Amino acid sequence: MLIVCCWLLLAVAGMLRPHSIRYVARLLFPLGAVASLAMFGVAAEFLFAGRAPQTMTLVLGLPDLPFHLRLDALSAFFLMVLGLAGAGISTFAAGYFRSGEGTAPGLLGLHYHVFMASMAVVMLADDAYLFMVAWEVMALSSYFLVTSQHRIPEIRQAGFLYLLMAHVGAICILLSFGVMQGGSWQLTFDAMRGASLTPLRATMAFALALAGFGAKAGVVPAHVWLPEAHPAAPSPVSAMMSGLMLKTAIYGLLRVTFDLLHVRFWQWGLAVLVLGLFSGVFGAIFAAVQTDMKRLLAYSSIENIGLIVTAVGLAILFAASHLPLYAALALAAALIHVLNHSLFKSMLFLTTGSVLHATKQRSLGKLGGLIRYMPWVAAFALIGTLAIAGLPPLNGFVSEWLLLQSFLFTPRLPHTFVNMLVPLGAAVLALTVALAAYVMVKFYGVVFLGQPREPSLVQAHRSNWLERIGLAWLAAGCIAIGVEPQLALQAAGSVTGMLVGQTVASSPSAWRIAPIAPEQASYSGWIFLLVIVCVVAITFLAVRLLAHGRVRRSPPWDCGYRWQDARMQDTAEGFGQPIRQIFGPLFWMQVHLPSPADEAPSYRVHIEDRIWRAIYRPISAAVQRAADAMSFLQSGRLAVYLLFSFLTLLVLLVFAL
Amino acid sequence: MLKSYFVVELLKLLAAGMLLISFAMLATRRIQRLITLFAWQGAILFLSTFLVAHDAGLTELYFSAALTLLLKAVALPLILHRLVRRLDAQRESERLVHIPATMVAGLLLVILAFGLAQPISLLATTIMRHTVGIALAVILLSFLMMITRRKAVSQVIGFLAMENGLFFAATSATYGMPMVIELGIALDLLVAVFILGIFFFQIREQFDSLDLHHLESLKEE
Repeated sequence: MLIVCCWLLLAVAGMLRPHSIRYVARLLFPLGAVASLAMFGVAAEFLFAGRAPQTMTLVLGLPDLPFHLRLDALSAFFLMVLGLAGAGISTFAAGYFRSGEGTAPGLLGLHYHVFMASMAVVMLADDAYLFMVAWEVMALSSYFLVTSQHRIPEIRQAGFLYLLMAHVGAICILLSFGVMQGGSWQLTFDAMRGASLTPLRATMAFALALAGFGAKAGVVPAHVWLPEAHPAAPSPVSAMMSGLMLKTAIYGLLRVTFDLLHVRFWQWGLAVLVLGLFSGVFGAIFAAVQTDMKRLLAYSSIENIGLIVTAVGLAILFAASHLPLYAALALAAALIHVLNHSLFKSMLFLTTGSVLHATKQRSLGKLGGLIRYMPWVAAFALIGTLAIAGLPPLNGFVSEWLLLQSFLFTPRLPHTFVNMLVPLGAAVLALTVALAAYVMVKFYGVVFLGQPREPSLVQAHRSNWLERIGLAWLAAGCIAIGVEPQLALQAAGSVTGMLVGQTVASSPSAWRIAPIAPEQASYSGWIFLLVIVCVVAITFLAVRLLAHGRVRRSPPWDCGYRWQDARMQDTAEGFGQPIRQIFGPLFWMQVHLPSPADEAPSYRVHIEDRIWRAIYRPISAAVQRAADAMSFLQSGRLAVYLLFSFLTLLVLLVFAL
Repeated sequence: MLKSYFVVELLKLLAAGMLLISFAMLATRRIQRLITLFAWQGAILFLSTFLVAHDAGLTELYFSAALTLLLKAVALPLILHRLVRRLDAQRESERLVHIPATMVAGLLLVILAFGLAQPISLLATTIMRHTVGIALAVILLSFLMMITRRKAVSQVIGFLAMENGLFFAATSATYGMPMVIELGIALDLLVAVFILGIFFFQIREQFDSLDLHHLESLKEE
């Protein structure tokens, strides 16, 4: 098992240098990138060669409770994603981290590589014990990464919220494993596969797993930590968390539902589907009204996770209704979207990192026109935004197209009501995708196009070459999957073969994919690419030939104002305003409008999540009340504390005998 | 046979002595007398362990008897005496909760302990099986002493006396604990006394007194 060596290497690389400063960051992060690349290679080789699962028992662990590892198609796919995106992010991080920002780079590197290694172990674990250990290590190391600038109180708060949610989720997962072992007290996944559970217990296990993994993935009622933690973390860390860590939750959900519980009831799928669709729309709408670029991307992550969860829900629905072919299609859509999201979302988070370093600004209201000062970053961000908006010939289109395709087959489901309701889901999905495109236009337009809104932006410096290599790697992945979707489909095929026993027909010819039947629907990235290149070339030539030299420069009509400045451009708030009006009831808003007579007019909008007020505030108030009620126990007198333990001892003695 | 009979009777006498000392500790006001009582308790513990070792012919138990003598009857009382002298706490007498009430509570505890110990002593095969109840009573009485005291030094003595009771229970029920564990516990005790001694100085530095009710101000509002 080469991969074990890979992550060990990563972890050791992380341990090696806790003290020395940036010179190490320059050396070790590229090494981490090489290790990720190796992991990508091994996992991809495993997938494409269609190997049989490999297992391994480690000598580590508690006595009588050794750690089990297992590499099968599902874990190989997620490891491939981890390696692919991890390589790009590590390369970028090598150029990104500078001395004098929060935690020492040495410590950052330690947490960073432990984080990578723990994610790999989560995917390799073959018993609940190792899984939970790796899961917790992952949560803790990412917590330290999030709070790397711990001197800022908001960041500490965000980190606390993140840690809290991570632990609530972990408890749910632990309970779920507890239910799944079904009285055998065997913690290996093998035993759980074989355990025969009553329907009630299976559903309980599934619900707990959904709650736990949902909290980690940021599925809607449990999403609150995401928009807080992502902006707080340094950009490569946000990229890792959004691009990779959320995927471990998807991995866990797939592992539990398909592999360990064998998809019992179609109602499960419906629940997952509804949650996913709701998260999708919710994330897209909230992303549209954000004014902080990293918060915007965080909400966009919620939206994308929503899409993935929707696809997983459809797959469960199909698989439980004994339609394995369609289940395979939906599952492939989910998996490919996992891959895609890890690429383009990491890329966008990294570009925000470059922008942040260059301008020290995170608020969309103070950026603009950066395409002139940071052409490379702008070009990569363009690829990322186009991909995430789901435009062909980039990768976002492939997975969203597959997802819509699988929605088209829902009429074959043998349940009447679901048949009628699921098309509504397809409509919601289309709405989500369209809103996502809207959000991305806003993101790109406000940050990179137009005029700089602040004079200091002119001094924005360019990204360094390591950052560019990292971005270029991810962009290349986006384009490759966009024009050659067979690659991704084939990789996902071996996973679907393992989980639902069916693969999607890959392609009728070398340059086209048609998942079900070529006469129904097919897609070719190359044709799109060709058409787009032709159209762009013809337009370019036409403009050059016909319009060149006939440019007349004159002042534009300026609406009667005496002068115009960059502040008069459409702002992020302005761009999101229609959405804010349409979906008004979803938000909790405070708008401050200036009066016409105001000498120094100011406009302020404060937007909050209704879910935060409706669910989390009451919970935290209840916890506070309970804690206050218990605090009479803490009198501060030593004798009273001793009395407590004395009484406990007596009670135990009396009851034990 | 006759020898064994005498040994058993002697052990019962010693156990009764332990119990008596525990009650005496519960009722003492003076710290120095408390330490002396603790030393006597250690000595009795040594004697009883020695007798059991002699009777059962276990070399291991000889070692633990020697350890008990050294540590509990000599070393710890000496350390505590010096500590009290250094802290100028010899003359401090404590206001107990209410001595007669404490004694009544102690009596009830002894009855409870005997009731609880009955099933254990039925299972045990050692010659000291009748004294398990006393050992349990000693533990509970020491605990009670910790609860009723306000001075830090006497709390520590209560803690050490509890350990004596535990040790006594172990020898009565199963011929003592494995040697490794006993050595570990002995070391722990020594370390605990040192650390607590350091704490005494710190507490006195902070509050000008060893009275623990000052610590109440430390609680979070």
